[in-house]
Formats: sequence, structure tokens, C-alpha cells
Amino acid sequence: MILPDPEQLLDQLYQQLKPRVHENTALVGIYTGGVWLMEKLLQRLQTELGRDIAHGKLNASMYRDDYARRGMKTTAQPGHIPFDVNDRHIILIDDIFYTGRTVRAVINELFDYGRPGLIELAALINRGGAQLPIRPDIVGADIPLLAHQAFELSINTQGRLHLTVTDSSQSATHSPEANLPNDSGAN
Amino acid sequence: MYNPQLNAQGQLQHLLSIEGLPKRILTDILDAAENFVGVAEREIKKVPLLRGKTVCNLFFENSTRTRTTFEIAAKRLSADVLNLNVSTSSQSKGETILDTVNNLIAMHADMFVVRHQQSGAAHFIAQHVPPHISVINAGDGRHAHPTQGLLDVFTIRKYKPEMHNLRVAIVGDILHSRVARSEIHALATLGVPEIRVIAPRTLLPAEVEKLGVQVYHNMDQGLKDVDVIMMLRLQNERMSGALLPSTQEFFQTFGLTPERLTLARPDAIVMHPGPMNRGVEIDSSVADGKQSVILPQVTYGIAVRMAVMAILGGGNAA
Repeated sequence: MILPDPEQLLDQLYQQLKPRVHENTALVGIYTGGVWLMEKLLQRLQTELGRDIAHGKLNASMYRDDYARRGMKTTAQPGHIPFDVNDRHIILIDDIFYTGRTVRAVINELFDYGRPGLIELAALINRGGAQLPIRPDIVGADIPLLAHQAFELSINTQGRLHLTVTDSSQSATHSPEANLPNDSGAN
Repeated sequence: MYNPQLNAQGQLQHLLSIEGLPKRILTDILDAAENFVGVAEREIKKVPLLRGKTVCNLFFENSTRTRTTFEIAAKRLSADVLNLNVSTSSQSKGETILDTVNNLIAMHADMFVVRHQQSGAAHFIAQHVPPHISVINAGDGRHAHPTQGLLDVFTIRKYKPEMHNLRVAIVGDILHSRVARSEIHALATLGVPEIRVIAPRTLLPAEVEKLGVQVYHNMDQGLKDVDVIMMLRLQNERMSGALLPSTQEFFQTFGLTPERLTLARPDAIVMHPGPMNRGVEIDSSVADGKQSVILPQVTYGIAVRMAVMAILGGGNAA
């Protein structure tokens, strides 16, 4: 499988994002990959628009629907929303969109900060497999993956993004459910 | 070695004492607590983690602050909370601890927060409950008060993140203090290199040096160049016999005054687990001074207790 350069995907995402950003817009990155993307997009937007843009970070570990099965993820970095959420236009930024469960959790958390006016979702890649009526409004690319595969986005010390695909079927035993998306929310 | 606090996967099942918990677990709790600090600053100070769960505050010994902070912590996690002051209820009618616990289990309690004047009470209940129920020790006799120890190290980590480089002094009634014991274990596990205890001989347990602390009987020597001063409450209610000439004399010898505070490092922080005896362990001007972090301790205590309950109440990642 030939993978696209995530920096190029980010550029495509940026081109779609920029016309949507206005005075009332705030960007919110979803940990971990979404925060890297948010920071890169933010820097470029602020330079080109010549003004500061409200932004924050969320991990939604306290709102996940798999807590009763998998417990609390303790390594998560704390969320931080340093602006008034009420009536805001908020663009959530995620790296890989899969089941939609993480985004559901993030939206729930956001509403505990206030009542946003409009929430949109930007994802670098939509890999297919949504389990909820939630879809990204803008994407860098649509790249379907099998259930036992996962994209992994990383960033090096120079701040350059890197994309790989991992395959759990090579290490795990094959099960009849292998082609169904798992519900862990991981991509 | 069998550790009743951990399950077969090495994850936290009950929180009974800091002694015997690996550094990994303590760090997990402190890291999780970082997530909960911000919850109190939001419009809606609640997260849904323990929705549908029932937390029982089982207090066989009086306590307002600890019970209140556990109650707030459980409520901010969306749990239903049952407060039982057993000292004024069934036990006075002759019911045994296990009968009380069995009745609450029959009411589908999911978690017990236990305070008892006898050391080992929480441990005893933990051995009795079925595996889906967790027990948190909120203070047992002179033995342990693990969430207080955790919130103290969380507070220290917030103000002094370089824990491997710290000099910490614990001052006062070490003998009767379950808080001191929990603090010493937590500090040692997290790698604090120098832990001092400062107390009169009558208020120190035998062989306290074996906990890895340096013992001082002189306040001025003990406070020299420390980064953190943890004052303890003089526990008059636990004292039997004449351990102290008078509280005034205690203040003269071991009270934290503004003059003594200058012996510590200029950026040293002052802590106290509460409730404070002003003018006995600590001078009011120090307690309310700019080096005091006594009220932040209370705030962080809620985040730490939320973290412990959230870790205990969730499923176990296989």
C-alpha cells in the first residue's frame, strides 16, 4: 500500500479549512495526533490571517464509552479550553476518523464547558467504519482500511509528520469478527 | 508476594495503603489527577465516569473534611453517594462491621470509602467484599491515610516538579499520624532523596529511621534548607498519658513561626493536612502567608480522590 505524505494531506485540509475560519471560530485539537495537526494549522492560519485564533485541546478520556470495559486512560494529557465556548463556531481537529466514538466523547465534553453555536469536524484521514451518525465535514483524504489495520501518525523532532499502517492480524490469531470494526475507538 | 490492593493483572483493585504500591501505580494516579483538576473550573463541574455507580462513605470515626472531599469527588464523577456515620448508627445498636457491609452490598453499593479508628479495618473489609467492589481506606487508626499521602505528593509535584532533588521535612506528631506514614511511603516511592522527621522523642514511633528518614529533635536544625515543610496536627484525641507538657510549650519548641520559616529555602512551601491548630503547630501568619499551600492541598485533594475512584471504578484493560 502506497501511503500519501501526511504533510500534503494537511495542506489539502488547510485549503478547505481556511475559508471556514472567521472571527468567531476556535480550533480544538483532539489528543494526541489532532493536537499536533491543530498546532500546525493554527500557526499557518495565524500567519496568513495576521491575527490570533482561539484554540484548545481535549482528550475526552473522562467521556469515553469504553470506560466500563477498559478503564481510565491515565496517561492522557489534560484538556484545556481557555476561551468561552458559548455560541462559538468550533472546528474539532482529529488525525484519523474511524468509529466516531472519540468525537462523540469530545462533543459531550465540550458541552460541559458551555453551549457552542456550531461544531464542525476536520480529519486528516477518514478511514471508514463509522458506528455513529457522525462524519467529518472536511478531510485531507478518504482512505478505507480493513478492521485489523490501523493508521499511525507520528511526529519527529523537526515537527514533520509521518504516517504508517500497522496490521494486528499478523500478530494476533484470525477471528471471524476480524472484518468488523472494533469498538475501541482506536484507529 | 500477594498484595490485596492489586488484581491478577497488577492493576489497582483497592486503595488501602501506599506501602507496597509500585511507583507505576502512584504515578498513574497522579497523572490521572491532572485531568481532574480542570473539571472544577468548568461551567459543569461533572464528568460521567461513575454514572450509575453507588459510592458508600462508611465512616466509623468522625471526619468532616475527608468525608466531604470524598463526597464531592464522587459526585463530580456522577456517582450516587451514600453517607453513613456508623458511629452514631447501627454499630451503637450492636451490628458487626461485616453485617453493615453486607447490607450495603445487598443494596448494590459499588465502592466503599472506609474510615475507622482501628488500624486494618479497611483491609478487613476489602478481604470480605466480592471482586467487583473496591475499597478505599480514608484513614484507619494510626496505620494509613493513602489519599492524603497522595494529595500531598500531588501538591508537592505541582509546586516542585523535580522530586528527585527535594529535601522534605515532616514536623510534629509523627507517632499518632497515619498521614505521616502515608507521606513517607509516597515520597520514598517517588524518589525524594531526603525525608526528615522533626518531633519530640515522645511523639516518634520506635525505629522510625527504618522508614528511611532522618530524625531531628531540634526544629531549627531540621528546617535548614528544606524545600517542603509538612506540618502535622497534634492529635490530642489519640494521646493517652502525658506525652507533652503543654500545647504552649510544644508551640515554643516545634511550632512553625515566621522566624523559623526563614531557615528553610526562600521558595519553600508550607503544607498542613488540616484541621489546623493555629498557635499550636503553626503560627497564623505562616498558615495564611504566601508560602502556604494549605488551601490548594484541599482543592487538589478532590482531584486526587476523583482519580483514585475513576481508576478503581473502570474496567480493566486486558
